[in-house]
Amino acid sequence: MTETKTWRYCLEVRDLDAGYNGTPAVEGITFAIPPGQMVGVIGPNGAGKSTLFKAILGLIPHQRGEILLHEAPALGQRAMMGYLPQLEEVTRDFPVSVADVAMMGRYPRIGWGRRPGPDDVAAVRQALDRVELLGQAQTQIGKLSGGQQQRAFLARVLAQDPHLLLLDEPVSGVDTTTQHAIFALLEALRDTGKTVVVATHDLNCVIERFDQVLCLNRRVIAYGPPREVFREDILDRTYGHHLMIVRVGDRRIVVADEHRH
Amino acid sequence: MLEFLVAPFEFGFMQRALVGGVLVAAICALVGTYVVLRGLAFVGDALAHAAFPGVVIAYLLKGNIYLGALLFALATALGIGLVSGRGRVSHDTAIGILFAGAFALGVLLMSMIRGYSVDLFSFLFGNVLGISERELWLVAFLGGVVVLTITVCYKELLLLSFDPTVAEAMGYPIRAFNYLLLALIAVTIVISIQTVGIILVVALLVTPSATAYLLTERFFRMMLLGPLLAVLAAVIGLYLSYYLNVASGAAIVLVSTCVFFLALAGRRLLSHGPSRA
Repeated sequence: MTETKTWRYCLEVRDLDAGYNGTPAVEGITFAIPPGQMVGVIGPNGAGKSTLFKAILGLIPHQRGEILLHEAPALGQRAMMGYLPQLEEVTRDFPVSVADVAMMGRYPRIGWGRRPGPDDVAAVRQALDRVELLGQAQTQIGKLSGGQQQRAFLARVLAQDPHLLLLDEPVSGVDTTTQHAIFALLEALRDTGKTVVVATHDLNCVIERFDQVLCLNRRVIAYGPPREVFREDILDRTYGHHLMIVRVGDRRIVVADEHRH
Repeated sequence: MLEFLVAPFEFGFMQRALVGGVLVAAICALVGTYVVLRGLAFVGDALAHAAFPGVVIAYLLKGNIYLGALLFALATALGIGLVSGRGRVSHDTAIGILFAGAFALGVLLMSMIRGYSVDLFSFLFGNVLGISERELWLVAFLGGVVVLTITVCYKELLLLSFDPTVAEAMGYPIRAFNYLLLALIAVTIVISIQTVGIILVVALLVTPSATAYLLTERFFRMMLLGPLLAVLAAVIGLYLSYYLNVASGAAIVLVSTCVFFLALAGRRLLSHGPSRA
């Protein structure tokens, strides 16, 4: 966090078409996120949330449009983007410890042919401490539970210390206590100026904790603060009539309507 | 006992065989760490077979057979990278087509030579006892290149092997790394041809590293333990070859195989035996 310049936007996506084999899975995507915001990306399965993330990271090609990180093409600054995939496709038995995995986040900083220095070791320690895995630092990664593994991969993102965090359903399959701990951690990161983008199905959590919501269903249906975006017509267009909003006093609660399928 | 251990190495060819066998075994197991962890055994076997026509052509043209093998192995590595993932041809189908075709070309060319059997037979099954001093220098040089490359790219190759998606997301050129890894395997195979031969080289690439994988949960330790076990197998194999008068390459491979099954049995005993309450 040495940069002195304050950017208007951390991430800008302009008129993006992206998808495998030349068939766009998301189309005409345009939005911009100022630094230090926490943005929830919501939408039904198949809406293109993962595709959008992968396109931003350059993991899949985009057919049209621009992706800018701090006003420059994002593709050239990928080490500044931390990524937590929805499903880590790793071999559980791979001979690395939890600390080794977190250290991988430091690799772009360490550079070729060099060994991790004291700074890197300290960063890894801090990252593991924040996800409460310091006690398991020397455990082989496959010996952790699913939720712990997810936290270990989050620690890798933290150790990387990126400007932008792209987290694809970081709390799926994680118990409620851990979910709250992870969201509290993300809020703390946001408060230090990081930009945090999270794909999630937990809409109530989005209402309570996020600054902005991007409603996605192949296109951007709406983008704005939760209070403005969480309207029945917008959610209808995003999810196709499977959701409704219930007002409880001052709170709005989103309920999935299973019967209207 | 000392006499028993020292006697074989009073001969120059046995000294050269020892140095050659140990070097080749260690380098194979080093590269084998990636082969085992990324499931590239079939690729390794294919590259070895694909090197065969290079050997035959170099032999026919009276050129350097190592150069011939290297060119063919590298070209195949490139071909595997290019063909796989295109259209309907899956990765292992592409490999199957390429390596069997290349190997057939080698056999066809070989069948055209009169009185070919002895020399070329040794390339198929290896003969470390016949390694020359010049070949030793070549093994040492190319082995040094492999070790240096792995040292420089240690972190990057580890990340690529563990989590290619995140490696790419961080901006690492993973296609280039995949080619680099295939090239490392190709070079390793080429320097192993004289020692264990084309048919058996996959055993040196896979077995000691697989044994090490059974015994440790850390990548770096696996990278040290694999070569150590490989060197042990090479030395024991050479003694067996000398005293029992059996093929050296096969002896080295079989010792390595036995060590693997010992480790497997030991692991089973440790994890199931005493703890089973």
